[in-house]
Amino acid sequence: MASRRPAKDQPASFDWTPENKAWCEEQIKKYPQGRQASCVIPFLWRGQKQEGWVSIPMMERIARQLDMPYIRVYEVATFYTMFNLAPEGEFFVQLCGTTPCMLRGSNELREVCKKVIGEEGHVTEDGKFSWLEVECLGACCNAPMIQISTKDGDHYYEDLTPEILEDLLGKLARGEEVKIGTQHPGRHTSDPEGDNTTLTDPSLYDGSRAQPLKEIPNSAPKEPAGQ
Amino acid sequence: MSDTRVIKVNNREIEVPSNLTLLQACEAAGEEIPRFCYHERLSVAGNCRMCLIEVKGGPPKPVASCAQNVKDLRPGPEGAPPELFTNTPMVKKAREGVMEFLLINHPLDCPICDQGGECDLQDQAMAYGRDGSRYEENKRAVEEKHMGPLIKTIMTRCIQCTRCVRFATEIAGVDDLGLVNRGENAEITTYLEKAVESELTGNLIDVCPVGALTSKPYAFNARPWELRKTESVDAMDAVGSNIRVDARGREVLRILPVLHEGINEEWIADKSRFVWDGLRRQRLDKPYVRKDGKLVPASWDEALSLVAEKLKAAPKEKVAALAGDLVPAEAVKALKDLMGEIGSPNMDCRQDFAKVGEGDRRNYLFNTGIANLEQADAILLIGTNPRAEAPMINARIRKTWLNNLDVKIGLIGEQKDLSYDYDYLGAGTDTLSSLAKGEGAFYEALKAAKNPVVIVGMGALAREDGAAILNAAAQLADSVGAVRGDWNGFNVLHNAAGRVGALDLGFLPGEGGRDFAGILDGCEAREIDFVYNLGADEFDARRLAGAFVVYQGSHGDNGARHADVIFPAAAYTEQSGIFVNTEGRAQMANRACFPPGDAREDWAIIRALSGRIGKALPYDDMFALRQAMIAEVPSLGRIDQVGGAEDRFDASAAGAAGSLSSEPFVSATADYYLTNPIARASKTMAECSAVMNGAAKVAAE
Repeated sequence: MASRRPAKDQPASFDWTPENKAWCEEQIKKYPQGRQASCVIPFLWRGQKQEGWVSIPMMERIARQLDMPYIRVYEVATFYTMFNLAPEGEFFVQLCGTTPCMLRGSNELREVCKKVIGEEGHVTEDGKFSWLEVECLGACCNAPMIQISTKDGDHYYEDLTPEILEDLLGKLARGEEVKIGTQHPGRHTSDPEGDNTTLTDPSLYDGSRAQPLKEIPNSAPKEPAGQ
Repeated sequence: MSDTRVIKVNNREIEVPSNLTLLQACEAAGEEIPRFCYHERLSVAGNCRMCLIEVKGGPPKPVASCAQNVKDLRPGPEGAPPELFTNTPMVKKAREGVMEFLLINHPLDCPICDQGGECDLQDQAMAYGRDGSRYEENKRAVEEKHMGPLIKTIMTRCIQCTRCVRFATEIAGVDDLGLVNRGENAEITTYLEKAVESELTGNLIDVCPVGALTSKPYAFNARPWELRKTESVDAMDAVGSNIRVDARGREVLRILPVLHEGINEEWIADKSRFVWDGLRRQRLDKPYVRKDGKLVPASWDEALSLVAEKLKAAPKEKVAALAGDLVPAEAVKALKDLMGEIGSPNMDCRQDFAKVGEGDRRNYLFNTGIANLEQADAILLIGTNPRAEAPMINARIRKTWLNNLDVKIGLIGEQKDLSYDYDYLGAGTDTLSSLAKGEGAFYEALKAAKNPVVIVGMGALAREDGAAILNAAAQLADSVGAVRGDWNGFNVLHNAAGRVGALDLGFLPGEGGRDFAGILDGCEAREIDFVYNLGADEFDARRLAGAFVVYQGSHGDNGARHADVIFPAAAYTEQSGIFVNTEGRAQMANRACFPPGDAREDWAIIRALSGRIGKALPYDDMFALRQAMIAEVPSLGRIDQVGGAEDRFDASAAGAAGSLSSEPFVSATADYYLTNPIARASKTMAECSAVMNGAAKVAAE
């Protein structure tokens, strides 16, 4: 992880969209008087959702809104790596490099990212892609995986191989539909690969094992203990 | 403090207050605990881990002693006192481990580091570290930061103790510094690399335990062991901060604070710390005499003879004397005695025309005392900007404000950022009069307060109606119960180091004498023939042109420029002298080095002149002079003591009742960095002034 610095080119100003402004006003009510500063992370996150990244004018705007010194907001924004301090590509690829993904081949995925997109932290010339290696995103059972953030949301793409990832990025570049979630053809969400290996007896599911109930459990009042 | 606990430190039993931290308790037991992030005047961070100790019965791991309180210790079996150890193998191993980690990224550049020789990390690595490192990877490098004209940064050396961040936020009250990024990339920086906008920034250098923040003007000048250290008193403002002047040969190379709980704690303001380069520029190092309109160098003999001749020729009622802001009491005493010998009543030390100094000593003192400000619960500032006039007093008010959520602070005068919140009450006398009449919410606040404080600054007193304002303020203090037997909340905040001493000595117009304005008018009207100007530079010296002017001082500034004869004198670091601070606390400044060239001590010049006119003063050395001075004004002999007066303070006698003009108050200190000839000669101060005023201008736009 390299030292994070704010982008050189900063916008002249920042303002909330009317919708986000209303959202901010609603959020701030959750905090007792004098404790509004606790709201700084939700605000920064909302700001990033709005603009795609966290700019200096945005930090200053939020600092004024929450009555905090600028430097305190700046500290928070630089501490959490989920806040992008510079504009990212239209498709912002976050490659998980933590142990389970690493063991399942995230190093090869990194090479793909380098080949297709370029150096980490750089946006491609057409503005479509940028990538960053991040820590565990919590989808270890489908390792290796990436998250791609776009304007419409953040989606996981799992069970990747270098070929699948390259194909995926190509499709995104061409604007084609892609499947969200696991990319393994034989897998459904995080279910096991292939057919089930246990609990396979069909009688478990056809109701044939069901017995009529003689008595509803716990229906009779218990005698009080000790009498 | 009655709540104490018995604990055992290294098997020795000791009773300590339960609110101490383990670190303080161990220190009370005489054990030294190494530390970096812990600083007794700052909040506890607990992030350097150097202060690890072993606690018996606690978790089976070392404990950060700075972050745990004695009252949280569990007693041993059957109520045995809890036991702490600072010398066990576990502690030794823990310290070595922490030190090894700290040194992983700390460069081995001690030979080129300005902190070398007085570096906490260096000392503690020697005392508590391993002899070698097992780390073979590259060390990290961190970009330098810009922190203004006073602080040099070498951020690679930073160990992220965050003392500087806490000092700036808590003591200085400027949220400019922060720790950004995380983990290995953590860095200390100012917000977007702007200068730290405070007048206490020099203290960041002191709190930094390593060489990351060092003094820019002092960079690569000297090693601490080469310097001759002299404890002395600061003369840049009327606070009388205790300082240590470090000199090598004839040059002062730096100034550091000395601990004084009653005045400056362990901080000093930037002007006090960085003014030293002004001590070698613009110096008057030989006597000058004006010939054909030009000042030309002369010998002492020539200059003294000329002055003696002029002085003898002038009728006594046409002789006047002025005293400036940086003059020690001894020189004032000598000049006053000389005027007494001549028989002239025309003398004044109030070059800002402040209407203060008559009557009871308490009429012009900061009676509450600086340390007692911490007990105040309502503070009214009248016509003062303490942040510029007395930064150490401002820091004390901020401390009060931080410690006591209920303290009410009100301000009448210029609305400035004082580093704490205050109620802005009004701009001038109208507000003061209505308060004095008992109107307004703030009057109620003062009235309800247990220990109310009223502070009147020179911005309110240095004007035509100053005496009336002083009177109104004193009456107000009296009416809200600020003047009692056990509490005197009436304060005058001076901003000239020599002023209170001169007022104590009564260097004021005598019977029928002219005051400062009168002397200036007299010169213009040719009613004054001879003016002896003892270091007064802060007025329009051209107005003296009608008279023969002798200037005695250390720097070629405003006063010297318009003089006919110049006597070169020592500056405050070059002569022993008594300065009385605004509290009325007499303190002895000591000589750190000799004055340059032919310059002499202030009192000696006046004594020499008195001999030339055949009216030799009755003292031949400093001791005799001091004896005479203390016999006349005993308070000057009570070194480092305040108060003393037992009788009730009569507030109505302060100043004089009169009408108030409605002009708003203007702070007496327009530019904090350039208030006296020494500061104006200093390049560092000029740079600071440009940076800070430029910053203020940008902020205003």
